[in-house]
Amino acid sequence: MKAKVYVTLKKGVLDPQGKAVGGALESMGYKEVKDLRIGKFIEIELNGSSKTETEKRLKEMCEKLLANTVVEDYRVEIE
Amino acid sequence: MKFGIIVFPGSNCDHDCYHAAKHVFGQEAEYIWHKETSLQGFDCIILPGGFSYGDYLRTGAIARFSPVVNEVIKFANRGGLVIGICNGFQILTEAGLLPGVLMRNKGLKFICKSIYVRVENNQTIFTKAYQKGQILNIPIAHADGNYFADKDTIKRLEDNNQIILRYSTEDGEITDDANPNGSLSNIAGIINAKGNIFGAMPHPERVCESILGGEDGRGIFEGILSLSS
Repeated sequence: MKAKVYVTLKKGVLDPQGKAVGGALESMGYKEVKDLRIGKFIEIELNGSSKTETEKRLKEMCEKLLANTVVEDYRVEIE
Repeated sequence: MKFGIIVFPGSNCDHDCYHAAKHVFGQEAEYIWHKETSLQGFDCIILPGGFSYGDYLRTGAIARFSPVVNEVIKFANRGGLVIGICNGFQILTEAGLLPGVLMRNKGLKFICKSIYVRVENNQTIFTKAYQKGQILNIPIAHADGNYFADKDTIKRLEDNNQIILRYSTEDGEITDDANPNGSLSNIAGIINAKGNIFGAMPHPERVCESILGGEDGRGIFEGILSLSS
């Protein structure tokens, strides 16, 4: 099985890196850029056949290591 | 007193901490490899600065799962003294021993310079050698020192006097300009509610001898050592 994990900063948490990149796009002429936030994308290949069980385990992985839930949200997609 | 300095792959301030404890203060000191599973015989554990696991994923995130960290948690829960400096502070927050998180500096740059912090609370083991309101000149060296926690946590820290060090001007004013990394409330160092775990971004171990540029960090060690005298 293959999973995609998206880790993003929670709303309201300052993202200076996103601000800098957004500012760069704007200065390049992309005036339509209003806001930009940067997160992480993690691809995981896993053994297992039960989607429910895999989902549960992936949630654990996110809570324990992949995301710091003080400042980050996560979203998991299983293919 | 016996100090244990944890060595993670990528720690690089372990020697400075060892030197301060052993040679400047004449105490027993030992390096502890991160795979160790016993902290027996130690009185104070230091998690030093550096780039454990290359700062991969998040600073301190992987080091937090090194075998020795479970022992540090048990040691701290028994009341043992634990200090986390810089990367060590980041590891303590990831391990849940201290609240909050150290995020990327607001200005995105790695900052290596001498700054000023104000001692906000000297009623702790780690700061009792200082005066309340004393200004310390201590170096910082980090890219991720931007302290963040939710509003309730910040309020709890304030209410319990757990904010120990704040970035300030040379005159002790807490201003945005004196805040090098965007930390909420200018927080540079905090302590747990019980008072035995201390985490800070500035490096006191680097300023324990005048020949190395200053002595303002000595107080942290002097406070701890006053326990054994």
